[in-house]
Amino acid sequence: MKSGSNLEKVLTAGQFAVTGECGPPRSAHADEVRHKAQHLKGMVDSVNVTDNQTSVVRMSSLAGSLILRQEGLEPNMQMVCRDRNRIAMQSDVMGAYALGVRNLLCLSGDHQKFGDHPEAKNVFDLDSIQLIQTVRQLRDERKLLSGQEMPEGHEPRMFIGAAVNPFADPFAFRVHRLAKKIAAGVDFVQTQCIYNMPKFREYMKQAVDMGLHEKCFILAGITPMKSLGMARYMSKFVPGMDVPDDIINRVKAADKKDQAKVGIEMAVEQIQEMKEIPGVAGVHIMAIEWEERVPEIVKAAGLLPRPQV
Amino acid sequence: MRLRYPTSVKIIQVPCTGRVDIIHLLKSFEDGADGVYVAGCEEGDCHFLTGNLKARKKVNYVKKVLESLGTEPDRVAMYNMSAAQGPRFAEIAREFTAKIKELGPSPFKGFAAKAA
Amino acid sequence: MIVAERKPIEEILDMVKDFKKILVVGCKGCVTVCNAGGTKEVGILASILRLARDKENNPLEVDELTLERQCDPEYIEQLDGKAGDYDGILSMACSIGPQYISSRFPKSLVYPTLNTNFLGGSLEHGVWAEFCQACGNCKIHLFGGLCPIARCSKSLLNGPCGGSSDGKCEISKDVDCVWHLIVEKLMEQGRMDMLTGVKPIKDWSTSRDGGPRKIIREDLKL
Repeated sequence: MKSGSNLEKVLTAGQFAVTGECGPPRSAHADEVRHKAQHLKGMVDSVNVTDNQTSVVRMSSLAGSLILRQEGLEPNMQMVCRDRNRIAMQSDVMGAYALGVRNLLCLSGDHQKFGDHPEAKNVFDLDSIQLIQTVRQLRDERKLLSGQEMPEGHEPRMFIGAAVNPFADPFAFRVHRLAKKIAAGVDFVQTQCIYNMPKFREYMKQAVDMGLHEKCFILAGITPMKSLGMARYMSKFVPGMDVPDDIINRVKAADKKDQAKVGIEMAVEQIQEMKEIPGVAGVHIMAIEWEERVPEIVKAAGLLPRPQV
Repeated sequence: MRLRYPTSVKIIQVPCTGRVDIIHLLKSFEDGADGVYVAGCEEGDCHFLTGNLKARKKVNYVKKVLESLGTEPDRVAMYNMSAAQGPRFAEIAREFTAKIKELGPSPFKGFAAKAA
Repeated sequence: MIVAERKPIEEILDMVKDFKKILVVGCKGCVTVCNAGGTKEVGILASILRLARDKENNPLEVDELTLERQCDPEYIEQLDGKAGDYDGILSMACSIGPQYISSRFPKSLVYPTLNTNFLGGSLEHGVWAEFCQACGNCKIHLFGGLCPIARCSKSLLNGPCGGSSDGKCEISKDVDCVWHLIVEKLMEQGRMDMLTGVKPIKDWSTSRDGGPRKIIREDLKL
């Protein structure tokens, strides 16, 4: 065991894993996190806590992660390269581990132009792949980037995650990018939410051909569509998103009051399909600001009860 | 053709309107002109191919300058005509003069011109 | 070259609002090449300032001069005996110029009329783009001859990120994703192996992050 986290145990045992997501509030109101946590308890193996996602300032991922722990859930803390330099990053990894965090996703971070503070300076001291390397070095070599060594048992031992986007360009390079993250030391990856199933199958085929599924656990991203408006927004304004027309049309075909129901149905269908795709070790359900629907999705997809390993 | 056009129009001849630069247009206002226009060949017929197109861009630049100074951008203008179109030349001279008369005298008191 | 752009007229007029006589100093270096602060542009700015003040009935006397460069003290010396004649000196060089003039004439009020934007080159007549971030350790040969530090919005050394779409950067459709270009170039050259290894973490201390930089060439010092 690298970190001993619940997520690691479920995946290592060969079970189909389910992770959820929780965006902290744009304030110091801890109860919002607790409220979201209640919907996810018992439904997922661990929960992502986003780090100032889309460059919008929110309560920190570390704080959100701790609140989740207090509520009895396992957090997947996230750290982006946009806001912290290597000094702050190593410091936060050690601090998070000291406070019980065991899963950490290493991400580039959306450019600050997208957020509510577009005038901010960005950092990008490290890129996401270098961050993965750094967290791995802290765990496996007990060394900081400076070479400073920690005594045995004192090092942060994180289960390292990353995000992959099978739909960004250039497509031909996307599987190489996954290979690179694996070479850097990633233990599990979550994909950007998928709507283009044929393209995703193609991506997985390439990944499996390269044997990448055996070196790292690949979780497929699922986001249920709430409405036609959301489908259109995702298609136009979210960087790196691929929403095929037939998906939009399926939501469009429904009455406005039924669109959410159709969205949920589509998500459940997708999860069933994901179970059958070789190389997919689980799903990552991102029902942003819609956490209350996760239980019915998980149940309908036949993913309950969650394994106790 | 001995056609008539207003005596208030002072002509400066250039081999091609491509020769006209932003500074020439600005200096005209500095020297007390109430309006400046550039008369070039029809677009597509420029003997030097793109001289008149470049002139138009410069006229547009000066229009923006006039706007930023709180003055009417119409005080500077670009016109296109063929060299054979004598009547058109006179017509434009009258047309532009009328427009400037409507806008009134230049807001630039021409201190520079007076000082010179 | 250093690429710069003239400040808005309102900003410059505000700088000189209390002055009666100013000198506008151009530069024949980079700013001439990018049509921002050469002799021509000095003439245009001087004319615009005169016209603006004419209109307000508050005339401004504007003298014009263009130096070879404003980043060598020898050229700034050409302002000796003149600088004191003016209420203010407006430099049309990149931001280095006004600093040099200010340094040599500490009693003078010196103003920048340009915003220095970036280190770059021209794409076509009238269009310039950023190509270099002066990181102090050039490694473009590892990236097919392209610079990811300057041309990637996140300065990634192991790009592209997940926001690359249709060859464009997530921040704007007008910005090429340089990692898309790097990958294509190396694919064309059959050198994709250059991208398999993880590029190590950058030492930013040679960049601005390490503090203001200086180069001393002992072989050239007198």
